[in-house]
Amino acid sequence: MAAITLERILALQAAYIRCIDNNELEAWPDFFLNQCLYVVTSAENHKAGFEGGIIYADTKGMLIDRIAALREANIYEKQSYRHILGLPHVTNNGGGSAESETPFMVVRVMHDGQSDIFATGVYLDSYRVEGGDLKFAKRLAVCDSSRIDTLMALPL
Amino acid sequence: MNVNVPPGSIPNTAQPMEWPEGALTRIPFWIYQSPEITALEQQRLFEGPVWNFLCLEAEVSKPGDYRVTFVGSMPVIVARDFDEEIYAFENRCAHRGALIALDQGGHARDFTCVYHAWNYDMKGNLKAVAFEDGVGGKGGMDKTFCRSDHGPRKLRVANFCGLIFGSLSDDVPPIEEYLGDEIAGKIKRVLHKPVTVTGRFTQMLPNNWKLYFENVKDTYHASLLHTFFTTFRINRLSQRGGMAVSPNGGSHVSFSFIDKANKENDYAAMGIRSDKEDFALKDPSLLDNADEFGDGCHMQILTVFPNFVLQQIQNALAVRQVLPKGQMQTALNWTTFGFVDDTPEMKKRRLRQNNLAGPAGYVSMEDGAVGGFVQRGVAAAGGERAVVEMGGSGTATQNTRATEASVRGFWKCYRAHVGI
Repeated sequence: MAAITLERILALQAAYIRCIDNNELEAWPDFFLNQCLYVVTSAENHKAGFEGGIIYADTKGMLIDRIAALREANIYEKQSYRHILGLPHVTNNGGGSAESETPFMVVRVMHDGQSDIFATGVYLDSYRVEGGDLKFAKRLAVCDSSRIDTLMALPL
Repeated sequence: MNVNVPPGSIPNTAQPMEWPEGALTRIPFWIYQSPEITALEQQRLFEGPVWNFLCLEAEVSKPGDYRVTFVGSMPVIVARDFDEEIYAFENRCAHRGALIALDQGGHARDFTCVYHAWNYDMKGNLKAVAFEDGVGGKGGMDKTFCRSDHGPRKLRVANFCGLIFGSLSDDVPPIEEYLGDEIAGKIKRVLHKPVTVTGRFTQMLPNNWKLYFENVKDTYHASLLHTFFTTFRINRLSQRGGMAVSPNGGSHVSFSFIDKANKENDYAAMGIRSDKEDFALKDPSLLDNADEFGDGCHMQILTVFPNFVLQQIQNALAVRQVLPKGQMQTALNWTTFGFVDDTPEMKKRRLRQNNLAGPAGYVSMEDGAVGGFVQRGVAAAGGERAVVEMGGSGTATQNTRATEASVRGFWKCYRAHVGI
């Protein structure tokens, strides 16, 4: 199979952060395959080979549940994110799948206007085309720091 | 302009360091705000006759392994020496006071302060002073200087079920006595075989450390604030459960058992927010609990005074270390773990159930913020006080979780240590 074009990867990355930052979280799970892996972890944990994450989902159902819980069950102050991405560095491409590393920075904006850099890090991604759409088979959000301020409600 | 304030017209001025009448059922808010209290706590509490949780034995499993941690605000190195024993000492060079270890942990043969290269062994003994005899017959230390007279403060170390505790006090009781039978037994229940670490995160809480420690002990709030639990009937006050408080009041354990037959609907009757019966999980396998301890207890939350939490939420296991960072901030260090002999299925189950706890935990994320809600709420209320009367005014063990007995127990123990 042909390689996945960088244009498609860029479009997926851009759509993903737009979805979260625009608070369209119900659409967020659709960026992933049904069998997927989404983990928010830290560089220290990743390097140590620790598999545990701050968020860990290995099915799309778990991603849907994460959003349902945020909408229906969990209590947190109103907040939003602004993701700023660096350029994806494609590390592997061919056979209908690809892998890349993309740096991110997330500013968390609280309801009272307080804005802070909430997380920086790199997305370690694996992509696959399914039904003509490019999706994440795996997305590890590896934060540079193991320190989380207050709580992590919205996904990275 | 001359402004005359009539006497008694400013009722909310703080009453510094004076505990209000009502003993354990009233908590003055200045206790969360005062820098003087923070200093007293360091001296009398954290460096006093208590056992501070330092790290897991599994984190210093081999000779030469070390971890850097804190006792209150005191930086501490925990190291396993080549005699296989675990030692803990202040992370402070005896010379000028610089940190001896600059990272979070690792592996070493010995420690050398970067400032003037004073060298320490894994027990914290000063072994070498650079240019001790001078250079070319000039300079150097006085002949009377004795290395063994100088060194960072050393801690007593206790290893209970793989939990490493440290104390600066010679008067603290042995760890089992300190914990009491009930708490010790509930630790043994969980930590009954070798553990393996699966993750480490720090959650920075925007509040005084005591607000978090009280929160963990507060069985009353769990099913009211954390609606994920109640929505899925994981934790209802009407479920079979209870709590126990250690004799000194400072440590506690709360637990609950799954009781699917219980159809009581106390929450709906009270119209409480945390009742959303129609909410269903798309992937309910998250809650696929294995009764790994063979007793049907699906949740056990345990604290050891003054800074330790052991968590079993279904199969999500973690220890949490509570560290004050000034009076307005707290570092909550999460270490998630499993057992060395976990099957691949159990390993996966734990990784998935870790979603229940931690900084993004379905049932714990609120705890990261609620202490800040109090800290912000009481900003101008140093002279006011909290009311803690649920379940009466005592600190005794109760067979219900609709009680604040363990919160009162904390204050009983705290006040005895801090002397206020």
